[in-house]
This record gives sequence, structure tokens and C-alpha cells, in this order.
Amino acid sequence: MGKLNEQSVQVIDRIVDRHRGRLGPVKLMLHDVQKELGYIPFEAMEKIAAASGVSAAEVYGVVTFYTQFTTEPKGKHVINVCMGTACYVKGSADLLQRICDLTGTKVNQTSADGLFSLDATRCLGACGLAPVAILDDQVYGNATSSTALEDRIKAIIKTESGVQ
Amino acid sequence: MKSWNELRELRASAAKEIALRNPGASAAAGSERLHVLVCAGTGCTSSSSALIMEQMQQQLTARGLDQEVRVIKTGCFGLCQKGPIVAVYPDKIFYCHVKPDDVGEIIEQHFIGGQPVKRLEMNDIDEITQEKIFDIDKIRFYAKQQRIALKNCGQLDPENIREYIARDGYEALAKVLHEMQPQEVIDEIKKSGLRGRGGGGFPTGVKWQFAADQPAGDKYVICNADEGDPGAFMDRSILEGDPHAVLEAMAIAGYAIGAQQGYVYIRAEYPIAVKRLQIAIGQAKELGLFGEHILGTDFSFDIEIRLGAGAFVCGEETALIQSIEGKRGMPVPKPPFPAVSGVWGKPTIINNVETYANVAQIILKGSGWFSAIGTEKSKGTKVFALGGKIVNTGLVEIPMGTTLREVIYEIGGGCPNGKKFKAVQTGGPSGGCLTVEDLDTPIDFDNLIALGSMMGSGGMIVLDEDNCMVDVARFYMEFIVDESCGKCTPCRVGTKRMLELLTDICEGRGTMETLDELETLGKMIKDTALCGLGQTAANPVLSTLRLFRDEYEAHVKEKRCPAGVCKKLLHYSIDPEKCRKCSMCARNCPVGAISGVPGQKPYVIDHDKCIKCGACMETCRFGAVKRD
Amino acid sequence: MTKINLKINNIPVQAEPGSTILEAARAAGIQIPTLCYLKDVNKTGACRVCTVEIKGAKSLGAACVYPVSEGMEVFTNSQRALEARKHTVELILSNHCGDCLSCIRNQNCELQKLAQQLGIRKVRYEGEKTPPTFDEVAPGIVRDTSKCVLCGRCIETCKKVQGLGILSFINRGFNTKVAPVFDKSFNDVNCMQCGQCVNACPVGALFEKEDIHRVIEALNDPDQHVIVQTAPAVRAALGEEFGLPIGTRVTGRMAAALRRIGFDRVYDTNYAADLTIMEEGHEFIERVQHQGVLPMITSCSPGWIRYCEFEYPDLLEHLSSCKSPHMMFGAILKSYYAQTHNLDPRKITVVSIMPCTAKKAEVVRPEMRKDGVADVDVVLTTRELGRLIKMYGINFENLPDEDFDQDMFGQYSGAGVIFGASGGVMEAALRTVKETLENKPLDSLDFTVVRGMEGVKTAELEVAGMQVKVAVASSMSCAKPLLDEIRAGTSPYHFIEIMGCPGGCINGGGQPIINASIRNGFKPIDWKKERAKALYDEDALQSVRKSHENPQIIALYDQFLKEPGSPLAHELLHTTYSKKERFK
Repeated sequence: MGKLNEQSVQVIDRIVDRHRGRLGPVKLMLHDVQKELGYIPFEAMEKIAAASGVSAAEVYGVVTFYTQFTTEPKGKHVINVCMGTACYVKGSADLLQRICDLTGTKVNQTSADGLFSLDATRCLGACGLAPVAILDDQVYGNATSSTALEDRIKAIIKTESGVQ
Repeated sequence: MKSWNELRELRASAAKEIALRNPGASAAAGSERLHVLVCAGTGCTSSSSALIMEQMQQQLTARGLDQEVRVIKTGCFGLCQKGPIVAVYPDKIFYCHVKPDDVGEIIEQHFIGGQPVKRLEMNDIDEITQEKIFDIDKIRFYAKQQRIALKNCGQLDPENIREYIARDGYEALAKVLHEMQPQEVIDEIKKSGLRGRGGGGFPTGVKWQFAADQPAGDKYVICNADEGDPGAFMDRSILEGDPHAVLEAMAIAGYAIGAQQGYVYIRAEYPIAVKRLQIAIGQAKELGLFGEHILGTDFSFDIEIRLGAGAFVCGEETALIQSIEGKRGMPVPKPPFPAVSGVWGKPTIINNVETYANVAQIILKGSGWFSAIGTEKSKGTKVFALGGKIVNTGLVEIPMGTTLREVIYEIGGGCPNGKKFKAVQTGGPSGGCLTVEDLDTPIDFDNLIALGSMMGSGGMIVLDEDNCMVDVARFYMEFIVDESCGKCTPCRVGTKRMLELLTDICEGRGTMETLDELETLGKMIKDTALCGLGQTAANPVLSTLRLFRDEYEAHVKEKRCPAGVCKKLLHYSIDPEKCRKCSMCARNCPVGAISGVPGQKPYVIDHDKCIKCGACMETCRFGAVKRD
Repeated sequence: MTKINLKINNIPVQAEPGSTILEAARAAGIQIPTLCYLKDVNKTGACRVCTVEIKGAKSLGAACVYPVSEGMEVFTNSQRALEARKHTVELILSNHCGDCLSCIRNQNCELQKLAQQLGIRKVRYEGEKTPPTFDEVAPGIVRDTSKCVLCGRCIETCKKVQGLGILSFINRGFNTKVAPVFDKSFNDVNCMQCGQCVNACPVGALFEKEDIHRVIEALNDPDQHVIVQTAPAVRAALGEEFGLPIGTRVTGRMAAALRRIGFDRVYDTNYAADLTIMEEGHEFIERVQHQGVLPMITSCSPGWIRYCEFEYPDLLEHLSSCKSPHMMFGAILKSYYAQTHNLDPRKITVVSIMPCTAKKAEVVRPEMRKDGVADVDVVLTTRELGRLIKMYGINFENLPDEDFDQDMFGQYSGAGVIFGASGGVMEAALRTVKETLENKPLDSLDFTVVRGMEGVKTAELEVAGMQVKVAVASSMSCAKPLLDEIRAGTSPYHFIEIMGCPGGCINGGGQPIINASIRNGFKPIDWKKERAKALYDEDALQSVRKSHENPQIIALYDQFLKEPGSPLAHELLHTTYSKKERFK
């Protein structure tokens, strides 16, 4: 495992201090680390374990239990395709496949160039717009009939691919 | 605020601010003439309602109208299908599918010219008079509804506590603190007949009583906002549209059982709801509605938000408690029930969002008012999320006892594109299906269970003739397999095996024995799983097996998917008579499975190569491609 | 409190309030099969093997967690319950690798027994299996998740017994596994390799890394002179591998078996235990008399040493610098014995039979070698010795009692024997230290205050006019408070004995596995106590009961080491420790 940069270590330390002493702090800390670093590095689990009195294995057990925690950095752009029932019956599986093809990413993975992470998510609660996908916090509804999402992905590929 | 009086004074002044929205309002406070309510629920936000609001505000300011016309961000109106939605008061005009480009026209024509923009208005025709309906209350989508839990959704600015207080907000809390003993509160809830809206339908008052009966000491009140059933989003809408209603009810529950701390456990996938809750808690604390000595009484209560992190099982109460404690969200056996030993091992009550959203009104209007609504054993209303193959997708709140037909046809507008209604799935991954035969059954907790489904949190997914019921069952099983916590054997391994059997059926490997195995295993999981979710995991399969056995049998006996969904069972062919040898199909086939000679030889599909994507069928302009 | 009245299988049963259906049933002599349940350790209701029918309940209940209530009616053997149990076990088997015939736990496997007991003839389900992890990198313990039933007994054992929590459930649903952090190897995390998890495992998912083949290789190598030594605790438990009652002492039969296997010398680590007392006692006296670091802590338990290096590196100077007895023995065998027998130390293979998996990790420590020659070459656990004896076709039950080889190191004192039980090292040390300092024979040799199976024992004794405070702890969860006291500078003690496993070596991670049927049984047997008793009995039988009176120890100092703590003794018998990072 590569060593974590100093800046990230400081972020982790700050987060750990913020929640130290609170009841049940492990998940509170993990949420903040995930939010601020985009993933949960091993060092964070070690520090969280030490500060909260549970073992590192147990922290890792928590991290791997919840789908929103990741142990690897996410891609630059995150796409979530809703696989809730309403979206499914309106064709979200096909949508997911098209986006896989378009981005060269497998489901729940990050593309080789680090440009996209693609997740199939649980119901996003926007069933009225089914099928729904989210790209970088922007919700795209009726994504089978509208090409807005795919257009945006193509635009990203055009402007950013190879630039990294 | 230190007293009930102060709260009342605040209400009196705040009421003026929203007077324009009251029925029959004409004159308003100050110079305000119009209130423009823009939906800022997740659905409408995703179709740029924020931009609409921004443009509206800018243009109003530019034209010097910003003192006369106030733009207000509200929660979900429920009619997500028609979003983004803009409502104008006191005119009661309901604009649908508004685009940012429409803003200028609305201001010009309506706000200045006084003429509503017809083309954007809700298009609803009165069945009897055949006249167009304009009045929001009379729109058919709303006419059958009775809004209790959704009372304030789409009516007020959820980020402004004054608007909530203006609509009787925190009056119920003040009332219980000053006029009622904790036991009286519990008795009132018991008498109301309120049952848990999260799935099980357990009587809320009884639950509170259990916790209240525990020896005094640390106790906790939890709001379960880990709305996880795919297809259900009423809790999100309530939290986004009316967060204080939930918070106030939690404080009332805290008073009733003797708790001083509350937690809202909410999915991290609901960022807008989380933000509004944070704002609401902050504003309430600032006014002294949470914290020490609320409204000058001895009662102290605080609320903290704890986020879910992507685990459906955390909607199960014991798993939720584990998760709040920072652990893996794995359910623990009951008894002991949370009311005896819950979060941090202390007595805890857990109610769902919608349940709480009823509480303040029960206190204010009385248990008698509430219990007069609904059926014998299911009182009040229930919010359903209509989704799937239905015209009006969105949220509806109906009195218990309303029939399925009323919900699906009168409110929901039936299946789109003239397709035939096949079933409605309720109760999500724990529920089952209702069919045409059940359309006239009054919806309540017990009837749904009797029909082999359940209320669940209120997702209603309408399925039409194009949906394969085996595929739907497989979908739910896949969901369960993904979301099983893995603790107990039947759920961890059993659901996986069920999914494998279902996949076999969908891919043509199933036999009649597969169906028997599926049923036996499903029943066994129901009987042995550790938690409620595991015990109900097989329901979607058992329900479809019972109701749509013919579809299952078509898959295993004839290797045919009647709805044409299960790809492995599809068979594409080109009718040589109809083929014009244009080569379009061959050029669009992603795997090169079609061959022929342009203009000379009819095209044929190589079935070994065909991946059944249907591209050929879509591109053929002559209807030469057949699927069977 | 008034008892709860219920009926199990129509039989009226009385149970304590708060007890479970399982407890009530067992008290009434009704057996309900279990898998994940382990008394005092694991009670999660996860596996669903113990499901029973409860009248009025809509689904079956897990007897291990379901509390009894007044008027309850339970059916443990209704068709519904039996069928459910069978399905559950079949589901487990459908995600199990199923290579029973080549499994280390074959015929000693709780899952196998369940399948047999429930009459499973065919596993109805088949399908994908959870992608397994196989970790055999660590010298002590192997993890094979293809056999894991996810009972969680190992997880809870590590957490409760050692306070460590090396293992956790990771992932979820069908992908759930039991693993150290990041699914790393035991070797790359702060695992003591004590093997308590192995002893808790109902199946072959956790086991000792087997080294039998290395012993056979050495025995068949004409160039190798193969010496075996056996730790004190082995004799108290080896018999269990052959069906003898727990607590049967098999010292003589064990020596006979080892000789029949063909070892060139058969020695007893007890001799080296006496040697350890000489060195450690001397070290303690030195520390007391010359303001050395106190309290001094024993260093016989390699699991404990690893723990200290990971978790309390600031306390390493409190550790006695003495190697553990079998390592001392190895060092003597490869030096003094080699010289006197004119053997190249490279041509001596020392095999230690130990009740311990951590010893396998101890012998590969770089500190435990001299000029490239390891002090001890192979460690076999008690269980492995049992297998070796069976493999060699030796009829263990009918062997005559024989002595260890008496030539140089065959004699041992009673003090050496009790090393195998928690408090034994302390008692042995006290016998020697007190007598040495007071310079007169002890009135009583039995320091019973430090005996027993409690996790922490403390005592205060007068030694040569000085009040000496001692403490004895076994298992890390029991040791931790003592260590925290030292760290805080408030420890009142002069001398502390710490053993890695609860009850000491008699309950080590390499000892015969006490199945859940015994641990949860109708009349639970305190196996630790029974095994310890075997050792105290042997102590009482010895003519020499003090280490410093062992004539062969005296001879070793006369002829070779000169005196305890001498430069040569230091070179061979003492070691160093260093802080270790928890995670690699």
C-alpha cells in the first residue's frame, strides 16, 4: 500500500478529533472521511480504530458492509444508475448497459483512465422520473427517452479523456 | 421562546406571511399580491426547478415586482410526473412541466397581465361537465386524496420554521407539554388507532407504552428515515417538504416515553432531505423548541441526525440500531425488543417518518377525528408512491379503505399507452402482487396481508402486459441478495439459491421441479430467517408463483417468456417474404449475427451469435423481423 | 426469583427467568443441535440450526437466543422444525467446499456431525460459492474461508478472550467472509497467533499450519540427529486425541510413542522450564537488588510476546529477557549437547511438541537463531502429535509408560511441570527465588494463591523480609488492566506472569479441540481445570519440586553455563524484543 500524503493524514486526524468521545463514533468518522477524501484509506481505518476502541478489522467490517463507503478513490465523474423497481420496469438495466459501453466501465467499478465510476444504486426515490441516473449530483430523469445523460457523458469524454 | 404564549405570538405574526395561500384569501399582508410556489422536491429539482426559481427571482427583481410577488421554495406536490411544478396563490393556478424559458411568459402574461398561461396549466378534464379543471383542489389527482401526513408538503417553505409555525406548527408539542400527562399522550395515540407506516403496521401507541413502562433513565426516540423499498419515496418527500412535522412528533414521543434524545436515521442518498432536516433542527433549536426546558417546561429534548450508508437492511429496526451505534447493520434477534433494549442498550422507540407525520395532528384534532378516517382496523390515511406503468406517477395520500381501482385509475390515470394492467406490486421486496381481481378490495393493512402482499412502506409499482412476472420476481430476489446482511443462513444462502433457480427459469434451464424447489425454499426462508426482512424476502416470489403460475410454467414448459422480457427465451427471425434486402438490420446488429446480400438475398439471423438485443427489430422499417 | 414454567416437547420444564429455550432444554436433558452458539462466547442466533417451533409464533425461533416465557410451548422435533433444520444445514453445505475426506477436521467437525445427525443424504441445493480466501502465509494459523460457516465464534473469541478483534465479518450477504482487516494474512496484522480462534472453529476453516511432513523428513534423513521435546501441557491433553477422558495424564505413554516414532532423543521441556526458572529467577533478583525495571513480566508465552510488541512496545523492557523454555532447550541442544556428542549443530533437528500455535511463529523469529542455526527447527502442536502417532500406527491406548531419556536432560522438577497452567511459572519462580534469597528450605512449596483458572490472580508474599507483590494473568483481556497500570506508572507489582491463553498453556491454541458439544453440554466440563489438575498431580509426585534442586540443571551450570546470568547464559538463553508495526 502506498503511503498516504500528509494533507490527507491531516484531514483524517481532524475528522477523528471532531468525533472523538461521541457515542458510536465509527460511522460518523467514516462518513466524513468518505466525503472529504472520496474514499477511506487504510490509514483512516487504523486511526478510527485507535480513537474509538474497536479493532481495525471491525472498522473494515463496517466499511465493507455499507455500499457508500469505498476503499479506493472514485473516478473523476461518478455516475449512479438507479436500479429501483420503478426504474427497472422502465428499462434501467438497458440504460446501465449502454452507459457501461459508453464509458468503458464495469458496474460498480472505475474506468481504467479514472474518468468515470459507475454504480448501480438502490432506489433514489425519484421514481416519478424513471429511469433515473445521476451524474456528478445532477439528476437525469426519463433517461431512456432523453439523450441528455449520454450527451453529457460524450462531452466529458471528448473534453477530458487523455487530458489527465 | 420560553412559553406557550410566545409561540402563539410568533404564530400570529407568521400567519400573516402566508395568508395569501389560505383558502379564500384575498387581501394579503403588506404589498404582497402573489405567492409563487416552486417545487423543490428531488424530482422537480432534477428537472431544473432550482433554475426556474432563480430565473423567476431575477426577472421579478429586474421588473421591480419582487415586493409584490414572492417566490417560495416548497416540498413535493406529489405529482412528480408533471414536474417541475409551479403553483400560484391566491389564484390557485397549477403549472406543469415548466421550463426555465417559460418564466418570462408566466411573469408577463400571468403576474402582470393577469391571464394564466393556458398551455402550461394542468390538463385535467372534469368527467361530468367535460370542462377543464383549473382549481388545484379539484384536479382529479388530488380530489380523491386526503392529506394528513402530506398536509404541508407543497404548501410551505420547509426551510422556514415560521411558515410551519404559522400552520399550527409546534402547537401540539406545546399542548402536550402544558396540558397532558405523558400517559395521556400515549392513550390518545392508542385511541387514534395509528399503526406504523413503515411496514409492519404495529400499533404506535402500544409501542410507546412498552418504552414508557420501562424504568426511568436514558431512553431514545428514533425516526426511521432509511426509506429503502425500491419505489417508495414518501418519507423523503415528507422530510423534504415538512421536516418540522416529524421533528415535532419526535419531541412529543420523547415526552410520552420519557426520552431526552432523538435520532433521525436517514439515508445518505437523500441529500436534500438531510439538508432540510439540518436546517429545521437548527431553526427549532434557535427558537428554543429543542434543547433544555422547552417552552419553559421541565422537558428537555434534542435531536441528532445519523446517516445511513447504503444498506437496505438498516430499515429493519434492530439493524438500524446497530448502524446508529456505528456497527455493521446486522439485525439482532428479538426479543428483547428495542422498546426494552434498543440503542446503547436503552429503551428505544422507532417509528417511521410517515407515522410521525400524523402525530401532531392527532394531538391537535383528537384521536376521534383520526379514527373516524379509514377502516375498522386501519385508521387514518396512507401515502402511496405510484410508480411503474402508470400515467400519474407520484405521491398520493388516501384514506385507508380506498380501493385499488380508485388509486390506479382515478388518481393514477391507469396504464399509459393503452397497455393492459397486469398487477400492482406493493410492499417492495417484502411484499407481493395484487391483480385485476383485487382492484376493488379496500386497501388497508389487513386486507393486503390477506391477499398475500403487505402495505410495506407504500410503494405501488404498476405492471402492465409488457412486464414479465418471473423477471419481476427475479428483480426483487436480486435486490434481496445484494442487500442481505449475510448474518443468518436462510437469507444469506437461501436467497442466493432462489435467485439462481429464478435465473435458471428466466434463461430456459428451469423445469417444473425448479418451481417446486423455489416454493419449498421460499417457505423455508420465511419460517427460519432471523429478521423481518429475511422472513419476507421470498414473498415476491411466492406471490407471483401463486398468482402468475401460468407465466412461470410458460418459461419452464415452453421455454417462452409471454411478456417478451427474458432475453434468453426470445427468438428473433426475419420473414423472407417481408424482407426487402435493404441490409439495415445487418448493419445495426452489434454482433454481426445477420447475413444476406443487399438487394439480392433475404437476410437471416444466426441464432448462435444473436444476443437478442432487438436492434434489428427496431431498425427494420418493413416489419420483417419477428420476435417470439 | 420464581421459575418460569414452560413445556418442551410436551414435557413440563422449569427454567430460570431470563434463560433461553436452549438453556431450559439442556437443563431438562433435551438436546437441540447448535452450530454458531458457543456458551459464554457467541450467542447471535445467526446459523438457525437450533430453530424450534414455538406455539403461537408465526415463524420458528432460534432456541439459543429466544427467551423463555411463562406458559410457552416449544417443539424441538416437530416435522416443521426438523425439516427447517435440515434445509438450513443443506444451505450451509451448498456453500461449503465439502472436501471432508481431506479436511483436517474430518471426524472432528461439528458441521459433519450435524449433517450426519440430521440424516442428510443429499444436498438439495447447489450453486455458486462465495469466492474464498486461503491464507497460509502465517507460520502459526491457516485460514480457509471455503470451509467457513460464518458462525462468528472465532470473531467473538478473539474479541472477548484476547480483547484484540483481529477477525471481523467483512463484506455482506453472500460475499460475507471472516477476515482480518483488508482481508490480509494473519501474518500481516497484529495477530498473536495464539490459536484460540482455531479452538473455537467448528469446522476446518481455521487450523494450525501443519509441519508433520517436516518431522517425517528429518526422521528419514540419515544425516539428521532428531531430538524431540514436549511441553508440560501436552501430557495433560494428548490423551483426548485418543478418546481418553479430559485431564488424563499420559506422560509415560507419550514418551513411549515418541520413541517408537523414532526420535533419537526424547526429552521433556520441563527440564528447560527448570533452566528458565534459574535464569528468570536470577534476573528478577538482579532487578530487585539493582533498581532494575519492575515489574518484571514473564516471557514464556510467544503469543503474549507478540501482543506486547504490537500493543505495548513501551513496556518491552519489563519483559524478562529469558527465552521461553523450549527455545532455551533448543539453544542448549545445539551448543552444549552438540559439543558433548561431537555433532554439527546443523545436523541436529530439534522438534518441539507444544500446546501452542504461536510457538510456530516464535521459532522463526530472527532472534532465535545463532550463526544461521535455528534453536528449534519444527514445532508440532499437541493435535499434530496425535495425528503423527496415528499415522505411525501406534496403539497409543495400550502403550507402556516409559521415561524420557535420562542421559543429560531427562530429569525435571515439579516446578517445571506446572509451567503448563496459569500461575505455574510464578509458583515455580517463587519456590526458587524465596529459597535462594532466604537461604533456608521453604516451609511449604504450594503457593496455592496463584493457582486456579481465574483470569487475574494477585498475591503478596514476604520474601527475605521484603513484601513482594505478584500478579498472574492469562489471556490478553485479563492482562490488559495490569499493563495499563504499568503504563500509567501505578502498578504495585514486582513480578507478573502473563500467558497468552486463558488458563495458560493447558488451554493453548494447539491443544485438542474441545467441541461445542462439551463446552455447551448438559454438564459442562471445565476442561482447563481438569487439565491443570493433571499437571499439579504430576508436580506433587516429583521427588524434586524446586528447579534449582534439579541435579541435571546443577550439572549444566557446573559444566557449561557457569552460573545463572553468565555471559554464556546470556548469549544462549536470553533474547531481545522490538516494537512491531501492527499492520504490514
